[in-house]
Amino acid sequence: MGYLLLAPEMLLTVLGIVVLALGLILPQRGKKVTGAVAMIGTLGILVVVFWQFGYEAEFFQGVYGIDAYSHFFRVLFLSAALIIFAMAGNYLHLFSERQSEWYSLMLFATLGMIIMASSGDLITLYVGMELMTISFYILSAYLLDDGRSAEAGLKYLILGALSSAVMLFGISLIYASSGSTVFAVVYQTLQAQVVTQPVLIAGIILLIAGFAFKIALVPFHMWAPDIYQGAPTPVTAYLAVGSKAAAFAALLRILVTALPAAHYNWTMLLAILAAVTIITGNLIALAQRNVKRLLAYSSIAQAGYILVGLAASNVYGFKGVLFYAMLYVFSNIGAFAVATLVETQSGSSDFDAFSGLAKRAPMLAAIMTICMLSLAGIPPMAGFAGKFYLFSGAIQSGYLWLAFIGLIMSMVSVYYYLNVSRLMYIGKSSEQSVPVPAMARVALLVCLVGTLIIGIYPQPLSQFAEIAIQVLY
Amino acid sequence: MFDLFSGSWIIVALPFAAFAAIGLFLHRWPKAAAYTSILAMALSTLWSILIAIQVFTAAPGQVFTAAVRWLEMPGLRVDMGILIDPLSAVMLLVVTIVALLVQIYSLGYMEGDPGLSSYFAYHSIFAGSMLGLVLSSNFGQVFVFWELVGLCSYLLIGFWFGRDSAKEAAKKAFITNRVGDFGFLLGILALAVLFGNLDYQHLAMRLTDYHNLAVLLPIALLLFAGPVGKSAQFPLHVWLPDAMEGPTPVSALIHAATMVAAGVYLLARAFFIFSAVPQAMYLIAVVGGFTALFAASIALVQIDIKRILAYSTLSQLGYMVMAMGIGAMTAGMFHLMTHAFFKSLLFLGAGSVIHAMHGEQDIWKMGRLSAKMPVTTWTFVIGALALAGIPPLSGFWSKDEILLGAFSRGHLFLYGLGSLVAFMTAFYMFRLIFVAFFGSGTKGSHAHESPPVMTWPLLILALLSVVAGFVGSPLLGNVFGKYINAPGAAHHEMNIAIMVVSSLLAAGGIFLAWLIYQKEVISHLELKQRFASVYEILYHKYYIDELYARLVAVFIDGSARVLEWVDLKIVNGLVNGLAYFTGWSGKQLSYTENGQVQTYALYLFGGVLVILVGAVLAVYYTVLA
Repeated sequence: MGYLLLAPEMLLTVLGIVVLALGLILPQRGKKVTGAVAMIGTLGILVVVFWQFGYEAEFFQGVYGIDAYSHFFRVLFLSAALIIFAMAGNYLHLFSERQSEWYSLMLFATLGMIIMASSGDLITLYVGMELMTISFYILSAYLLDDGRSAEAGLKYLILGALSSAVMLFGISLIYASSGSTVFAVVYQTLQAQVVTQPVLIAGIILLIAGFAFKIALVPFHMWAPDIYQGAPTPVTAYLAVGSKAAAFAALLRILVTALPAAHYNWTMLLAILAAVTIITGNLIALAQRNVKRLLAYSSIAQAGYILVGLAASNVYGFKGVLFYAMLYVFSNIGAFAVATLVETQSGSSDFDAFSGLAKRAPMLAAIMTICMLSLAGIPPMAGFAGKFYLFSGAIQSGYLWLAFIGLIMSMVSVYYYLNVSRLMYIGKSSEQSVPVPAMARVALLVCLVGTLIIGIYPQPLSQFAEIAIQVLY
Repeated sequence: MFDLFSGSWIIVALPFAAFAAIGLFLHRWPKAAAYTSILAMALSTLWSILIAIQVFTAAPGQVFTAAVRWLEMPGLRVDMGILIDPLSAVMLLVVTIVALLVQIYSLGYMEGDPGLSSYFAYHSIFAGSMLGLVLSSNFGQVFVFWELVGLCSYLLIGFWFGRDSAKEAAKKAFITNRVGDFGFLLGILALAVLFGNLDYQHLAMRLTDYHNLAVLLPIALLLFAGPVGKSAQFPLHVWLPDAMEGPTPVSALIHAATMVAAGVYLLARAFFIFSAVPQAMYLIAVVGGFTALFAASIALVQIDIKRILAYSTLSQLGYMVMAMGIGAMTAGMFHLMTHAFFKSLLFLGAGSVIHAMHGEQDIWKMGRLSAKMPVTTWTFVIGALALAGIPPLSGFWSKDEILLGAFSRGHLFLYGLGSLVAFMTAFYMFRLIFVAFFGSGTKGSHAHESPPVMTWPLLILALLSVVAGFVGSPLLGNVFGKYINAPGAAHHEMNIAIMVVSSLLAAGGIFLAWLIYQKEVISHLELKQRFASVYEILYHKYYIDELYARLVAVFIDGSARVLEWVDLKIVNGLVNGLAYFTGWSGKQLSYTENGQVQTYALYLFGGVLVILVGAVLAVYYTVLA
């Protein structure tokens, strides 16, 4: 297939530009079309990706490569974008005439994520990441009338720049010790070295710290709650799901293909980060009184769970990482979608806005509950199967203590997840119903069905993930 | 052609779909809910019949399986799958047919009940779970459905939850079953640890060369705890009589024909495990035999029509379990099938009577029903004759198989016990009939026959009660035994002497009941006075409930009081302290988020620094060491 394998990336670029241009050309009333174009285009690209399954190729001496692993994450990012486009619906009225730019920026962020998952070179990876991050800087500050949104954008910009510096420093140190930025070459050079240089260790640590910022691992997580709460909710959903998955995708690929643990055993570092993240994220989530902020801390904790799979550093753990990243798309976006709809109706995402939701909008309350049970890891929801893979990977690698921390903190997390359910089902209700546009309804159903099906019948996704990680070895 | 077998999961899915549809959309329209439920059941029934035709026209020993992997980790594999062999095919037929008839009957019986939608929703989820249990290919999956049917049973016993007795009965059923299920789960976990796989076929293969009895015996006994709870064997039988608080059709379906038979079905399904441990088999046989006798003796003196039937069910379940225990698996399953038909017939008949008598259940307050309710009466008599074991009705053939099995395997004691129970069964059933349907009570004269929607299921079940026995009768070559049998089990030739003796015993029981309660040659009141102490013991069910209450009061409540103190003073303190500490640390940690970008940046670089220093120290120490 050759360069045709890059069609999704190219189409996504074109689509982003077309959507942007349509927004400029079309008169005020025609702007609704841009949303439809973005959605249909994304769906089309997703179809192209499905059609490319099974093909792989390497470009520019390994700088960029399309393989089963890239396919997996392309599917993940494109579906996440698609579901978010669908669920955003009415919320976008807050953006008045700047809707087409929003779609366009979301598409560019998606492109950045896809590049991150497929690049085989540190610089390309960095460029992809900046494409994603810069899009998110703008997207976070997209609510012009809302001070919090502006604050979120600014904070993200400053801290993001700092973390980029850390990461670039790490990249330069790795380059210094191996003479290349291409994963395969780095790997070969390092194989030839007998002694591990301290410079390499420092480089790996700085690189991991850079990714830890994107993934929001403790103590690099401080930005996340403020930005998650301040940013427009659909953006938050994409930030929590997409940008995290992209960072995980890139980190996993680098660690396995360029810097295997034989040189510097990073598994212990990741295990400690995972433990601290799981504990801190869950504990702070207990104290929250705002659903968006709660979801922010919960997604810090969730990133910790996923990191357990990376720390496990075996087939089960890696499979768990991919599996969990995918189910997280459905469960977490489902929860954010409900939050978006409630926020659109009531103008707030505080706990009070969710009180008695079950009476006003039984479907929303039910979906929220199921998604949260999935995040808490209760069978037969998807989250259970995901945690099952992650923790059994950790146990196999001898990180029993880490699995224990994961299990105990999952138990703690049930409290705050069910607290929201309690509020929705037992809390006092106002009379206002919550309008759910047709597209959002579809998105919600997709999240619901995804969460349930992956939980009850995890086999296909598990196989998909297994095929994807096979290419790394 | 569309493949009947690989699509058989639809049999399970249809009732579940009906449940979801009723729960989500149809609960405001009771009629629509009822018809949805019945339609789904009818389709499942049809499918099951087609499957049964395929299975029983093929050569014996054909097995169809399909499974998808559900959980896999090193050392354990759990599938979700279906297993269709003659054994599950028979159960499919029994469950779907009885469930369908009971649901149709419920249209009449439950008419006008405000909770009709939930009633049918529960019926649907029960049917789905029960069929899932039947089709399961492994212990893991069976346990899931096992718990689901338990849940449905709880919901339906407590259906009229406005009544305290119904609430209490539901709770009792649930908790008692919990005890058995706990053992069952332990047994399953032990199998998982030992073999790393819960699939029946896989386990059967592995067990052929595994002979460590010291391990297998506890596993078999733990697994048997499940059936003891679910099939209400002594000493966990106490919940079943109380379960009669549920609507009568529920008693017919769940607490007579299907769910309580699940325990027996499991014994047959996992027969390869039990039969590998002779000691466990003996215990099973004794528990079954004892329950049969024990329950039959209580049934002799009860006055509530449903309670008599409940104790009769206990007794017959004991019969089946005994059959399993002596190794006569074929006979046990055969009796399960015939019993399902005639016992659900009897319960539905009793329901028809109760319906007509506006809720009256005391047989002494009925009487002369035969004139007013001919269909109910005569179908009830057919059911009773079948239960009593009068040839050539179905109960005769299946009971005879069990007695034959006990006799020819040398369990003469159990044979004698079984025969005695047969006699008692005939007696108490006809005591019920003579008193309630032909007795001199007067209230029955105000009764009226039930509507056709209720009598038709009775007629169909009566027909099945008459003919179902022939599939296993030696007259037709014992077709049943050809398909359903334990590997290597020899079938015993029919024994005319045993047949004659059991028929005579049944007839004798009926005759005695006729003498006492119809002709009143012997005064039952006098009998009652002369054997007052025995009567009291039997009437109070051997005071088992009181004993349990006392034991619970002494041991459980006593230890509860100690534990309560521990709980309040120590554990609560700890837990509250822990919860407080957790919440407090959450609060404290959240103060680190002060909104200042400078602070955030400090944490970011501080984190990098800490990790770098940590790495240096780690390297330093590993190098030094």
